[in-house]
Amino acid sequence: MTPDMVDMLAMLTPLLAAAIQSGAPLLFATVGEIITERSGTLNLGVEGMMLCGALAAFVVSLGTGSPWLGALAGCAAGALLAVLHGLATLTCGGNQVVSGLALTILGVGLADTLGAGHIGQVAPGFDPVAIPVLSSIPVLGPALFTQDALVYLSFGTPLAVWVLLFRTRWGLHLQAAGENPAAARAAGVSPLRWRWIGILAGGALCGLGGAYLSLSATHLWTTNLTAGRGWIAVALVIFCAWRPQRAMLGAYLFGGVMALQLRLQAMGAALPSSLLLMMPYAMTVLALVAFSRAKSRAAGRNLPPAALGVPLAGPQGGEGR
Amino acid sequence: MPLRLVDRTKPLPWGGFFVATISLAAALAVCALLLTWQGKPGLHGVWLLVDGGFLHGYALEDAVRKAIPIFLCSLGVALCFRMKLWNIGAEGQFALGAVGATAVALRFGHWPAWAVLPCMCLAGAAAGALWALGPALLKRRLGVNEIITTLMANYIGVLVLQYLVYGAWKDPVSFGFPMTELFSDAAQVGLLPGSRIHYGLLYCVAAGLGFWWWISRTRLGFELVVSGENSRAARFAHMPYGMLICLAMGGCGALAGVAGFLEASASVHRLQPSIMVGYGFTAVVVAWLGRLRVPAIAAFSFLLAGFRVGVENLQIELQAPAAMAGVLEGTILMAVLSGQLLNHRRLVWISRRTTP
Repeated sequence: MTPDMVDMLAMLTPLLAAAIQSGAPLLFATVGEIITERSGTLNLGVEGMMLCGALAAFVVSLGTGSPWLGALAGCAAGALLAVLHGLATLTCGGNQVVSGLALTILGVGLADTLGAGHIGQVAPGFDPVAIPVLSSIPVLGPALFTQDALVYLSFGTPLAVWVLLFRTRWGLHLQAAGENPAAARAAGVSPLRWRWIGILAGGALCGLGGAYLSLSATHLWTTNLTAGRGWIAVALVIFCAWRPQRAMLGAYLFGGVMALQLRLQAMGAALPSSLLLMMPYAMTVLALVAFSRAKSRAAGRNLPPAALGVPLAGPQGGEGR
Repeated sequence: MPLRLVDRTKPLPWGGFFVATISLAAALAVCALLLTWQGKPGLHGVWLLVDGGFLHGYALEDAVRKAIPIFLCSLGVALCFRMKLWNIGAEGQFALGAVGATAVALRFGHWPAWAVLPCMCLAGAAAGALWALGPALLKRRLGVNEIITTLMANYIGVLVLQYLVYGAWKDPVSFGFPMTELFSDAAQVGLLPGSRIHYGLLYCVAAGLGFWWWISRTRLGFELVVSGENSRAARFAHMPYGMLICLAMGGCGALAGVAGFLEASASVHRLQPSIMVGYGFTAVVVAWLGRLRVPAIAAFSFLLAGFRVGVENLQIELQAPAAMAGVLEGTILMAVLSGQLLNHRRLVWISRRTTP
């Protein structure tokens, strides 16, 4: 190997590691939203659920000293907010877009209100643990296998969700609620129940994504910790065509852009920081544009669940139960 | 379960008013709970919120000042929502409007007021409209989801503003603070005589009347409403659906842009990052609550602006965080949305014997 290549590889490992770290919260949230949308509900409250999850995780970890309890609390907080979305859309038949927006406004407000007293505090979080043998693989080892517990969990989550969605009866029931609720009901499957499950599971994963931000990425609390990541996750769901396995690709791509932007800033790039900060958001728009072009070519394969956003009590959904 | 929801044949009389009142009460109750949780006097806090927002002349003037940009933005958002275009981008369009107006103010500030102010207003409207047309064209040509693109455009728009005030437009004598130099007197929108409310209020009256006239008295306005109700029918009737998308989004961008111009010129007298306080997001809440009815949009703009002023009072008196305003807005929206159930259905108690 030439010295140049060695240099490049030495640069690559930390960048890859950083991409995986910035991608992990996106991955949790994207996979969570995929579950929710597969069950037929659009939940735009990801940003709010993530931020509340981040705060709950932080506070519980601070109080109990256990980051694991914190992560659980993050899941619970995300799911709890998702209950509001379920009540508004499933129980009361309200508009899903508006309810999701309300959830984001409410969740961000709640987290920043309740977290105001914790700004600058440091809580016990997750620290990197090197996996023996695997972490000594050159280049990839330090990037993939010298991470913290939540990152390892984020590797497994899309695979587990893929198996659950596409290889089990439960997954079939959940998808039926999102594709054709009337047919599901005729087959004796309650779409209402599976939509609730989809909303709750999605909320819990979004909360976990938030927990990653306050317990792994940083060990401290600041206002607006998520900074739009929830919305990027909503876009990633479209980008990865509602498939959990593709979510990994999307999340790491975006994580990579975020990491690169931070790195360029740290290196004192000639570009002003505000232009660098635009990169992830501009990338999101570009990715959607590119994807919509690809979609028109491969029409039919990358479509959303057929009954996504269709209320159960409406004309297409038949009777509520 | 013996409790069942039964459809109402007629909507609940006064249902909207009823639901709005309960939602307000719920939002204030959540606020009191949060304050109590943080070891602050909850009920007294709610009093401070209402008192500080609505019950003094000074507070009312502040509320009107804040209601002006919210009203203009939410008129635009309401246009888009009526077409079922989920434009969440008023915040970014507001930022670009302020940027456009500032560009004129910095370059042509020596012109007399009658020349420079209309140019600033037009530049603000044009910049906001262009910022909104991007997502509109992507939606029309490629079917790209407008929720995501307008949101991302918000983040990018705010960063454009920051890029300019941290860089090319930074006032050399601002001691490093990110702000432009003060606008010349001619480039500042003045105050209504004898008050602290600026002439932006007249812009609101004009925009409100124009909006009402356009929606209810013109063919295009009618077509916009119809396309919102049923886009398939609108296409079959050869209504210019694609053009209407651009018109609604561009109109929203222009209105939000004017709001940005007013905020920079009349309130702050310069461009600085702190003019972005989330009016564009509040406007989304207002637009949905007020639908297409101008008086309702005005009323909700004033109400939520008053709450913002009240939260500022809470910040001073109880050191409560500013994010409380978000909690109030989110709760009201969520509660009104859920409460609409009561408008169309009612709960009845069915005894076991009569159920089949």
